[in-house]
Amino acid sequence: MSHEPEDRPVPQSPRDLELRVNPIACDAHGVCIELLPELIVADPWGYPLIRPGPVPLRLQALARRAVADCPTLALLLAERPAGRPEAARRQVRPNR
Amino acid sequence: MTTQNARPTASAIQPPGPGDLRLIVRDQPMSLAAHVAHYGPVPLHAARPSALIAEVERAGLTGRGGAAFPTGRKLRAVATANSGRSTAVVVANGSESEPASSKDAVLLTRSPHLVLDGVALAAEAIGAARAYLCVAARGSLVQSLADALAERDRARLAHVPIEVIGGPDGYLPGQETALVSVLNGGRPMPSFVPPRPSDKGVRRQPTLVLNVETLAQVALIARYGAAWFRSVGSDASPGSALVTVSGGVGRPGVREIPLGTPLGEVLRRSGLSSPAQAVLTGGYFGAWLPLPAAFGVPVSAPGLRAAGASLGAGVLAVLPDTACGLAETARVTGYLASQSAGQCGPCRNGMPALAEAMNWIAFGQPDTDVIRWARQVTELITGRGACHLPDGAAGLVTTALAVFSAELRAHARAGPCERTRRPAVLPIPQLSS
Repeated sequence: MSHEPEDRPVPQSPRDLELRVNPIACDAHGVCIELLPELIVADPWGYPLIRPGPVPLRLQALARRAVADCPTLALLLAERPAGRPEAARRQVRPNR
Repeated sequence: MTTQNARPTASAIQPPGPGDLRLIVRDQPMSLAAHVAHYGPVPLHAARPSALIAEVERAGLTGRGGAAFPTGRKLRAVATANSGRSTAVVVANGSESEPASSKDAVLLTRSPHLVLDGVALAAEAIGAARAYLCVAARGSLVQSLADALAERDRARLAHVPIEVIGGPDGYLPGQETALVSVLNGGRPMPSFVPPRPSDKGVRRQPTLVLNVETLAQVALIARYGAAWFRSVGSDASPGSALVTVSGGVGRPGVREIPLGTPLGEVLRRSGLSSPAQAVLTGGYFGAWLPLPAAFGVPVSAPGLRAAGASLGAGVLAVLPDTACGLAETARVTGYLASQSAGQCGPCRNGMPALAEAMNWIAFGQPDTDVIRWARQVTELITGRGACHLPDGAAGLVTTALAVFSAELRAHARAGPCERTRRPAVLPIPQLSS
């Protein structure tokens, strides 16, 4: 799923990238938590909690490494949707 | 009232006035003949079918299934994804997996042709080749809707083929991506987005998933226009909506209300008389609001959002003074935990943890550690599933701990109150294995 051919290319601007976990694919191997403790910590069950916000420029190389090394390809580095408020995701309700 | 001509034409029909019901106008199922006599013929085969999309955008219609997403924008997204190929699919979502909601079933039973008109019109507007109408297999809707479709065939009402699908029980089948999974032959499992169904849904084709009430509203907008639609409701939240009022009211059931009607007025019309302490709004993924403090809150998506709640699927479940809100919340949280697909770690682990903590809070004597842990789990699961099931449970528990804070202190001091042993107000579906 992380390799849809129509995925947009990863932009180079430091403000535009964020880490995202595909929670269905994630199996809590913890590789990303080991590689990038600055941005990813374990929840009580060992699953990754991502620090909200853009990935700082100095950590982008490590972030790419974490994405590449995830055994289940569950970690994604993607363009941040423009203009999305920081906390918006927490307000969404089920779509049914 | 409308003029009941033998062969009605669009010009002979008066649109429903400001005080008239729009969506459900009979106590009995409406036949195709009665439907056409009341609403006028369905304006299919328009010269420019896509003009309906702009009309829906002007109307400001939002989805009535729970997310209140702008319907016009959804139509346009699928039409764009479908441009030049005409392989798109329309999915009318009548699954209504929300246990305290019955508005979709009542609409589909009484006004089946309004929904079917909406399906046909939406399909024409986006250039879809086929459509599915999904309802719970349990019950009589699959048969009654098949009968309604046969009635349309006999009347030679030509439009996109519509197939009625009886879906599985449970909370998840109503979720958009889980519904698409069922239609693709899979189990009702949500999927990770993107890709969204509007880009790749049923058989990986652009798929328009709309709630059945939303489609009925589309059928009205196509007939009477955006200005008519906006003539009731508020500017921020135009039109009418169906709500299901249940619990501590004298006249429970489905009602159509102008959006923005104050909550107190909606509940009074449903026969709220005895003292009530709170109302669950939206659905089991929704929020508790205290009564009578929330009587002035407008029943609309923006109105309820501003109050920290949601319109959701239009559920308004009144908690009488005789019930314990913590016990109700614990039972619902247990039900929601049982409905997790188990695909996502934070939900698979966090939902049972939250249910267990709520059980302690409701039926035990919770210490501060249990209460702190419950709050912590709500934060840990929010936004961390592929679907919003964990977010919904977290919101329910968070608002319960705030609205029922006096009960929380009482339980912590002296154990579960006497009201926890009363019969449950909120229905919990029988859990199948």
